[in-house]
Amino acid sequence: MENAVSIRKLSKVFGKTPVLKALDLDLKKGEFAVIFGPNGAGKTTLLKLISTLIEPTGGSIIVSGFNTTEEPEKARKEIGMLSHDSYLYGDLTAKENLRFFGQMYGIKDKELGERISHFLEDVGLVTKADERVSTFSRGMKQRLSIARALLHRPSILLLDEPYTGLDPGASLVFENILKSPEFQESTKLMVSHDLERGFALCNRVLILNKGRFVYDGFKENLSGFEGFKEECGPMMV
Amino acid sequence: MIRSYYIAAKDLKAEFRTKQMLNSMFIFSLLALVVFSVSFGDFLGDAEKVEKLAPGVLWIAFTFAGMLGLSRTFVMETENGCLEALMLCPVDKGAIYTGKILSNLAIVFLMEAVTLPFFIILFNYNLDIRTLLLLLLILLLGTFGFIAVGTLLSALTLGTRTRELLLPVLLLPVLLPVLIPSVEATAGVLAGNNIVDLFPEIRLLAVYDLVFFVISHLVFEYVVSD
Repeated sequence: MENAVSIRKLSKVFGKTPVLKALDLDLKKGEFAVIFGPNGAGKTTLLKLISTLIEPTGGSIIVSGFNTTEEPEKARKEIGMLSHDSYLYGDLTAKENLRFFGQMYGIKDKELGERISHFLEDVGLVTKADERVSTFSRGMKQRLSIARALLHRPSILLLDEPYTGLDPGASLVFENILKSPEFQESTKLMVSHDLERGFALCNRVLILNKGRFVYDGFKENLSGFEGFKEECGPMMV
Repeated sequence: MIRSYYIAAKDLKAEFRTKQMLNSMFIFSLLALVVFSVSFGDFLGDAEKVEKLAPGVLWIAFTFAGMLGLSRTFVMETENGCLEALMLCPVDKGAIYTGKILSNLAIVFLMEAVTLPFFIILFNYNLDIRTLLLLLLILLLGTFGFIAVGTLLSALTLGTRTRELLLPVLLLPVLLPVLIPSVEATAGVLAGNNIVDLFPEIRLLAVYDLVFFVISHLVFEYVVSD
């Protein structure tokens, strides 16, 4: 199967501090990988590198066949990013936010209108569509943020601590969307501190510590969540 | 180009909803004109003195009021990580810069359009259509140069804690090559000179605008990158 993400000898240095050290990673299409690790391990930096927000010091990242350094715009079109920041404009309404980001991703007007209605319905914000985002609760903002990240139907989803600020209802909405047939084939890479939720959703577990992957395994090879905690717990310190 | 238009339209929609920048810019520019007209009250009947003072007053009002707006150009992008979201969009970073220039131009031109009639009244000018059109051309060229550099420096100071202080300190020295010909050309227009007499200043402003737009467009990517 073709790789959705292919990382070779990736390194990132901030000043004199190496954050990522010669990482290699292949993610196949449709795979759902979750990265665990202690604070400062380089998890968010890795997502930022894949999403082209920052440039690597060394090595290469190929996203859906596009090198992120040579063809960043083509790579970005394939990526949807959900962060703990909502990435939403408070002075615009929910619909205006989605319309703006849809336009920036080049979605045609007629199709954009349909997608906005569809995603607002999916995240349960149809009745709030014309209200300013600044009036939304944290949970509502995160729901809208889910719609924003998925609006252009990305083939690769980067999820950086997506559960931050999500109420139980919104968490369920989020998980249902990820499991829906529409996004079943997208490749998902999630960074999380929530071991139980992350483990439940993924089919591959990665542990990043001090800039290196210290564990990379498939869930089916682990004896459940308890087995995972027993085997991998010490690696996350 | 269409993406730049979307960014500008988004900024203007948000600005006209809150009017945060517009209100402070209007108030500052009008206040500056009123204070100067009151302090120069004794000279206002003397056309020769007014011709020497008024162009500088007009550009002081426009420059400092414009700077109030420029310092907030990227503020809405820092809330909720929106600048990151913009950078994640499949567009050239230069398109973001052009979009910000378009929205800043619209806002500053609007401020100037409101301020100019007050300037004409307070400084006792009686301008014919030809003079007014020529004045608008000078304002257009001067403002474009101001916005082209100001937008870049506004992005440059974004990550600093003293953004509002740092922007004027960095911007004013770089602006001198556009402010001096703008003031001189405005003085020429208000003195009744025709476009041929003003050609050296107009040419200087046009070259400055072009050079600074191209340079700023090219370096913007590095300014907003980590």
